[in-house]
Amino acid sequence: MKVSYYPGCTLKTKARNFETSALAVAEKLGIELIELSRWNCCGTVFSLTDDDLIHHVAPIRNLIRVQEMNKNGLVENDHRLVTLCSMCYNTLKRANIRVKEKPDDLKKINDFMYLEEDYKGNVEVIHFLELIKDIGFEKIKENVTNPFKGLKIAPYYGCMLLRPKEVGIDDPEEPVIQEELIFALGAEVIDNPYKKVCCGSYQTIRDKQVVSNLAYDILTHAQNAGAEAISLSCPLCAFNLDSRQKEIKEKHSDFTRIPVFYFTQLMAIGFGLNEDYYGFDLNYVNPEPLLKEKNLIGRNNAK
Amino acid sequence: MIKKLKLSDKNVDFLKKIEELSGEVITRCDQCGICSASCPMVSEMDITPSQLMRMVQLGESEVMESKAMWLCASCFTCTVRCPRGLDLSKVAEALRQVELRQAIDHIDVKKLSKDEMKRLPQIALISGMRKFTG
Amino acid sequence: MKKDSRARIGVYVCHCGGNISEVVDVEEVVGFAGKQPGVILSKNHTHMCSDIGQQLIIDDIEEHDLDKVVVAACSPQFQGETFMRVLETAGLSPYVVQMANIREQCAWPHFDTPELATKKAKELVNAAIAKVRFSEPLEKKTMPIGKRVLVIGGGIAGIQASLDLGDAGFEIYLVEKEPSIGGHMAQLSRTFPTEDCSACILSPKMADVQSNPNINLLTYSEVENVEGYLGNFKVKVTKKPRYVDMDKCVACGDCEEVCPVDIPDEFEEGLTTHTAIYTPFGFAVPHRNLIDPEACINLQRDINSCGNCIEVCKEDAINFNDKPEEIEFTVDTIIVATGYDIFNPSEKKVYGYDKFKNVITALEMERMIVKAAEGNPIRDPGKRIGFIQCVGSRDEQVGREYCSRVCCMYATKLASLLKHSKPERDIYVFYTDLRAFGKGFEEYYKRAQNMGVKFIRGRVAEVMEDSGSNKVILKAEDTLTRQIIEAEFDTVVLSVGMGLSKSTDKIAEMLRLAKSEDGFLKEAHPKFKPVDTNREGIFLAGTVQGPKDIPDTVAQASAAASRAVRLMNQREYPIEPIVAFVHEEQCDGCELCIDSCPLNAISISAEVAEVNEALCRGCGSCVASCPRDALDLHMYTNKQLLEEIKNALEGKEEGETRILVVADDTCTYRLADSVGTAKLSYTTDSIIIRVPSGSRITPKLMLAAFKLGADGIFIGECEDRTSPFPHSGQVIRENITKVREILKEEGIKPERLRFVQFVTIMLKGFVDNVNGLVNYAREAGAISPEKREKLVENVNKRLFGEEYD
Repeated sequence: MKVSYYPGCTLKTKARNFETSALAVAEKLGIELIELSRWNCCGTVFSLTDDDLIHHVAPIRNLIRVQEMNKNGLVENDHRLVTLCSMCYNTLKRANIRVKEKPDDLKKINDFMYLEEDYKGNVEVIHFLELIKDIGFEKIKENVTNPFKGLKIAPYYGCMLLRPKEVGIDDPEEPVIQEELIFALGAEVIDNPYKKVCCGSYQTIRDKQVVSNLAYDILTHAQNAGAEAISLSCPLCAFNLDSRQKEIKEKHSDFTRIPVFYFTQLMAIGFGLNEDYYGFDLNYVNPEPLLKEKNLIGRNNAK
Repeated sequence: MIKKLKLSDKNVDFLKKIEELSGEVITRCDQCGICSASCPMVSEMDITPSQLMRMVQLGESEVMESKAMWLCASCFTCTVRCPRGLDLSKVAEALRQVELRQAIDHIDVKKLSKDEMKRLPQIALISGMRKFTG
Repeated sequence: MKKDSRARIGVYVCHCGGNISEVVDVEEVVGFAGKQPGVILSKNHTHMCSDIGQQLIIDDIEEHDLDKVVVAACSPQFQGETFMRVLETAGLSPYVVQMANIREQCAWPHFDTPELATKKAKELVNAAIAKVRFSEPLEKKTMPIGKRVLVIGGGIAGIQASLDLGDAGFEIYLVEKEPSIGGHMAQLSRTFPTEDCSACILSPKMADVQSNPNINLLTYSEVENVEGYLGNFKVKVTKKPRYVDMDKCVACGDCEEVCPVDIPDEFEEGLTTHTAIYTPFGFAVPHRNLIDPEACINLQRDINSCGNCIEVCKEDAINFNDKPEEIEFTVDTIIVATGYDIFNPSEKKVYGYDKFKNVITALEMERMIVKAAEGNPIRDPGKRIGFIQCVGSRDEQVGREYCSRVCCMYATKLASLLKHSKPERDIYVFYTDLRAFGKGFEEYYKRAQNMGVKFIRGRVAEVMEDSGSNKVILKAEDTLTRQIIEAEFDTVVLSVGMGLSKSTDKIAEMLRLAKSEDGFLKEAHPKFKPVDTNREGIFLAGTVQGPKDIPDTVAQASAAASRAVRLMNQREYPIEPIVAFVHEEQCDGCELCIDSCPLNAISISAEVAEVNEALCRGCGSCVASCPRDALDLHMYTNKQLLEEIKNALEGKEEGETRILVVADDTCTYRLADSVGTAKLSYTTDSIIIRVPSGSRITPKLMLAAFKLGADGIFIGECEDRTSPFPHSGQVIRENITKVREILKEEGIKPERLRFVQFVTIMLKGFVDNVNGLVNYAREAGAISPEKREKLVENVNKRLFGEEYD
């Protein structure tokens, strides 16, 4: 199966490990993620003021590229656009909803981009987790050669995968999609209500203390519930929950660092893929000691 | 000090401006407080989100002096819980835009340390600039 | 005076003691009327409605052999029935009198232009003469009605309605789907604000139902089908098998002691269990055992797997071969009292009802209080207890915008009872608005405050659990102090709201009852017919119509009973003469009309359409559906309306403008009367055509009106929610769309045809709309006779398609 795939800026740089692991596990599942040709930045946040159309131009232009992918035969009559970064997912999907609901807005945006072909409103923006759910967690289970026996993982959703409702990939108050994935990988799921609490997002550039306070709450609640690792899907959440552990440790000396994974990294480990795909060099808290302790890496089973 | 609230046409105009920018009917808010208790940032704020809504309802432009909307992380928790179906994050954005459209920035990227700049992912910088600069 | 072989019409013009004659030149109108074809005599009188005026008509009918009468006076809303009686007294059909409304719709609104008013009065009289000329001397029809009532639902509403009717000597079939009557009220601890023990006040009423000789109690039974209409509803009920012979069982309880199966007790909200053979609850009616077939080993597996109950039953009452039983009977009226379901708190995931042990519903708390009072406490709710209000009410996130009306007070009650039994308890009620509107409610709320119950104005955002202690953590804003509360509670009670009960959906569909926007069943009129429905002879009682407390439910149940009695005590029920009928020679049985009737009153029999007069309510919207003009409406036949319109437009002179105002009887016609009474002036270039519903004016009639000289047509109709015909707005819009297309094709501005839905207080709206269309028509200019003529060419083909040409 070939599907158009939108990486976004961060997946090419600070979250390269997210992309590398995702492409590898997708391939293992028989999905070919074809990178969108000539993609541009989505703008990272959906413009919330009613009169501000200009900021929807960037996401919509990316949707036009999906039409082109079909026209050029890079994908076969498949108007889905798969995203990995939660922020890109949210921005693209919400812009798509807005222009579908308001044809007048779409017309203005199309007119503005007079050099592009018109966006016809037929693209469906999905998140990689949704694609996995469609394939079925049974299929995931079948591919697990290196089960996470006994590792306690707390899924973390943050905001952009769940809210607002019309964009969310799951119930905004009681999501289970990551739980099902983690369970399929053979790990123990640690539930706690902070899984949907905001990490502070872009506040991280304005006031890192506010964000590290929130991250501290989120991480310690997961730890108190028994978690040994966190699973997530957003490079900004990853930064705030992983990298900001530096600031947390400075303030709370008794804090124990906890590894933070992209869910695709966990899948790559579970599928027993080559360790080159894990990309732990970009993780702030090195997960290798934990994984070694659980006998999940360092054996000769990696292909 | 207890302040006296005067209700003038200016108040009506302010409400109208925010309602137009946000696209939300702010007078529908019935002040139940579910937004405040849902807000992950509320402990950092000087007024609660419901108080912010109240001030906009009554057209108190002093709300602009608050830092509440600058602490909003657009997490949409209030949005999915509001029993009146209001989107508070749009109201917060409208309040921010009132200042940002006058080119009053709320962050100076140049002041970020070299180390921070190296650490921060692109999406943090771009979204921060979108939310805090005009 | 001219003679007409078909009709001998008498015209009477009333002065109304000057109300009319001070504006309208009555003599001139009398003279004009006398010259019209078929008019035998034309007279005037100062007060036509007086005894002398009435006698005048009776004498003239006798002396001059009149067979039709026109009274030009006030609105038929006021004196229509008077003159119908006059005709009956004189031995004529009451339906061959027509009133020309020259007071409310002429003298009063046109008081400032007397000459134009006189001209318009002549037009109104001329239109009435045309209409009466083709009126049919219908006979008054009645239908027999008996004294049998089906009450669906055995909660307090159904119980009250059944007892009222049973005591009054009516024959009741009370059908309850559960094994006992009693409903939700039987589960409650005490009732607010008086704190009467619920079971204590309910159980005598339940016993009365059983002992009342006029009530046939059918428990554990469901209504499968209802067909027919007022006075003749054929009902099919299925009685589910109980597997215990009710006549033999004495509910001794021996069987329960030996039954090996335990299942959650629904009456106890699943907090305790009962055996597979059980009695519903302590004061159940009927108080007999039954077997739950889903739980019983014998019924689930092999018939010989257990048999413990058979062995111990001294009465030999157990019968594993029991089968469902079908019962059929006929009733005259129906009362629907199927009640409510509590909101399922699992839908509100953020409150963790499914996840946390110490988060319970208010109904569970009711049972916990009852059990504790009986000396069998289920568990202690602990010291600090929080109530979350508005769970499943006033919340767009779960699609329920309405207030459930009882939760504020029941939470206050539960808090008071908990505090009363252990004063050291620390109780908080988190509310959005505290609504204590009923009799004694505010005082009761104050009493709870006196006892130390704390009310916090803030809606709870989220519920968490301390996994170690199982204590519940609530998060809310105290909006009065703007503080965020995040505190631990031993028990959290969800004050769940009310929603229409699931089982009602089937009943509503079966009976074709309408629903309101909130999902509850809809009353016929929110003010004046609060327990009637869109179906004649079917009434609503209790929470099926909307959330309400026990006193309101009981009051409504008694109201429903009395509305049913109002119909049934007449023995014969008069049928409105305004019903659809079929010109059989024109009908080809094409069935196009079948779907046009929302009441399913039209069927095909012997290859022609047939109208069920008992079901037809006379809106006339079916007429437009027939390409052969085979369907018609008594009192407003195609011929009558066409002639009325023709004569109404006859007075239009060269260069003048005329619009027709098609006014539905319920709203627009009355509204026009109110406009006249208020002496609000509008243009005389308009003339009102009265119809039961705007949907009666078919596209063909609209086109004919344009052909005959109308420069605009304005259709006024009730708003859907207040209309006796809620479907009519849709029909009118469809009709108008078709006609506008044809107008456009012929180069006539489609805006000449307009439609507005009115409420009867929109006086100025009426005036503005009428003046607005006249002005528009004037500015648009005259329509050429050629264009008018072309409108009615190939009209069937244009309206219905090639095959109907």
